[in-house]
Amino acid sequence: MKTDFDTIIVGGGLVGAAVACGIASRGTSVAIVDGEDGDFRASRGNFGLVWVQGKGAKHAPYAQWSGNAAKLWPSFESKLRDTTGINIGFQQNGGFDFCLSEQEWQVRSEEMRSVAQHTQAVFEYSMLKHTELKQKIPQISDDVIGASFSPQDGHLNPLYLLRALHQLFVLLNGAYRPRQRVVSVQPDGDGFILRSGSTRYTAGQVVLCAGLDNQRLAKELDMDIPVHPIRGQLLITERLKPFLRYPCLQIRQTQEGTLQIGDSHEDVGLDEGTTLDVITALATRAVRIFPHLKNVKLNRAWGALRVMTADGIPIYHRSERYPGAFALSCHSGVSLAAAHEKLISGWICGDQSDLLIPEFSVDRFDVSKTQKHIA
Amino acid sequence: MFQRLKNTSPELVELNLDGQPVSVPTGISVAAALLYLDAKPIRRTAVSDSPRAPYCMMGVCFDCLIEIDGQPNLQACQVNVARGMQIRRQNAAYDSEAM
Repeated sequence: MKTDFDTIIVGGGLVGAAVACGIASRGTSVAIVDGEDGDFRASRGNFGLVWVQGKGAKHAPYAQWSGNAAKLWPSFESKLRDTTGINIGFQQNGGFDFCLSEQEWQVRSEEMRSVAQHTQAVFEYSMLKHTELKQKIPQISDDVIGASFSPQDGHLNPLYLLRALHQLFVLLNGAYRPRQRVVSVQPDGDGFILRSGSTRYTAGQVVLCAGLDNQRLAKELDMDIPVHPIRGQLLITERLKPFLRYPCLQIRQTQEGTLQIGDSHEDVGLDEGTTLDVITALATRAVRIFPHLKNVKLNRAWGALRVMTADGIPIYHRSERYPGAFALSCHSGVSLAAAHEKLISGWICGDQSDLLIPEFSVDRFDVSKTQKHIA
Repeated sequence: MFQRLKNTSPELVELNLDGQPVSVPTGISVAAALLYLDAKPIRRTAVSDSPRAPYCMMGVCFDCLIEIDGQPNLQACQVNVARGMQIRRQNAAYDSEAM
C-alpha cells in the first residue's frame, strides 16, 4: 500500500518531537500531526529539569533508563545547538533535592540507596548535611537539614527545547501539520488511516504521542494505555542576580535570572488552573529554604497537567494486534528527550532495540502476563 | 527625543529622581516621566548588567523596572506620577540577597 508517510507521529510535544527527529534522521518520511494551541500541552508548562535522582526507586529498569537518558543529554544538546543554533540553556552540573525534616532525610536516604542498588551504582548520588550543603549553596536557611545530590541532574529551558526539536525536525525534511487534532486512527491493510476534520492521512506506522489523548486513540488500535492528569503549579519570579548555580527539585534559576518554583502534585482532573493555596504553599516553602527571597515579586503562575501513567513509569508499547502501532506516554519529556530521540526512534524503526525498552510495555499492568512472569 | 502632544495639560507636578527635585507633566506614568526627563538608562539587568529604558509602555515587557518610594522593581509604566514621589534608578543589578 502506498501511504502518505512511512510514519506519522500523533502529537508534537516534547515526546513526539524528539522521537520524530530520531526517525526523520534515519531517512524515512515522517509527519507530525499536531493538535491545537489550546489543547492540554504539558510540554508548554514544563519545569525544565533533566532529573535522575529518585526515579525508579521501585522499578530498576526505570532507574537505569533515566540514568542512560541523562548521559545521552550532553551530546544531544550539542547536536541541537549545532543544527539549529538555539541555546536551550542546558546545564548539567548536578542537582539538589532539599530535606526540611529528619523524616524527609531518612526517607530520601533510603530511596537514593535503593536506586543506586537497582542500577549497580550507575546512579551516582550523595547525601549532604547542612554544613556541607551550605558550602555549595550559602543562601540556604537553618531549616534545611540537608539535601540529596546527583551529579547527573541538570536543567534547561523547555520552551527552547521544544522549539529546537521542531526546527531540527523541519531541517530533517519532516512534515509538520499543526492544528490537526486527530479524531480517529484506524488500521487499514498493513498501514493506518488517521482523520482530522476533513483531512485524511495514511501511514505505514503510527506513533501515538498525544499526551492525555493517548488513552482514547490507543483504544482504537487495541491498546490499553492508562494515563491520567496530575496538575503541577509553577511560579515565576522577577529576574534576580544569579545566585543558584544548581537546579533543585523545588526551585531553579533560569539562564535569564528568573526563579521557577514548583513541584506540586494535584489530582484535579482536566483543570489546568492555579489556586491561591498551592501558590502560597509553594512560595512559603521557597522562602523557608531561601529566606532572602521574602521580598522577591512573583510575576506569574500557571498550572499544567502532567501526563501520568498508572504507575508513574513511562509506557513504550507496541500493539500486538497491529505491529505498526506504537504508544508512548510519560511525564518526563525533558529528562528522557535524548533517549527518545536516539533509542526509542531506533526501536520504532526496527534498527536496533535497547534491551530495556520491553520493560516499559503495558504488559506490566496485565495480571495474567505478570503472573506468568513471576512464575 | 520625545515631545508632548500639543493639547495636553500644561500643569506640572514635582517629584524626586535619584534625590534631585524634578518637574514633570501631571497625569502621566512614571515610565513616560522618565522618557520626558530623558533619564536613560533607568536600570541595569540582573544577569548581563546591560542598560534598559521603558519599552512597551503597557505592562508586558518588564523593562521599565524601577524603585518607587523605596519599593524596587516596580513597573514604571503601571504607576502614575504623584507629588513628592521618590524615584530611584536601579543602576546596579538588582540583588535579592542585598535586600
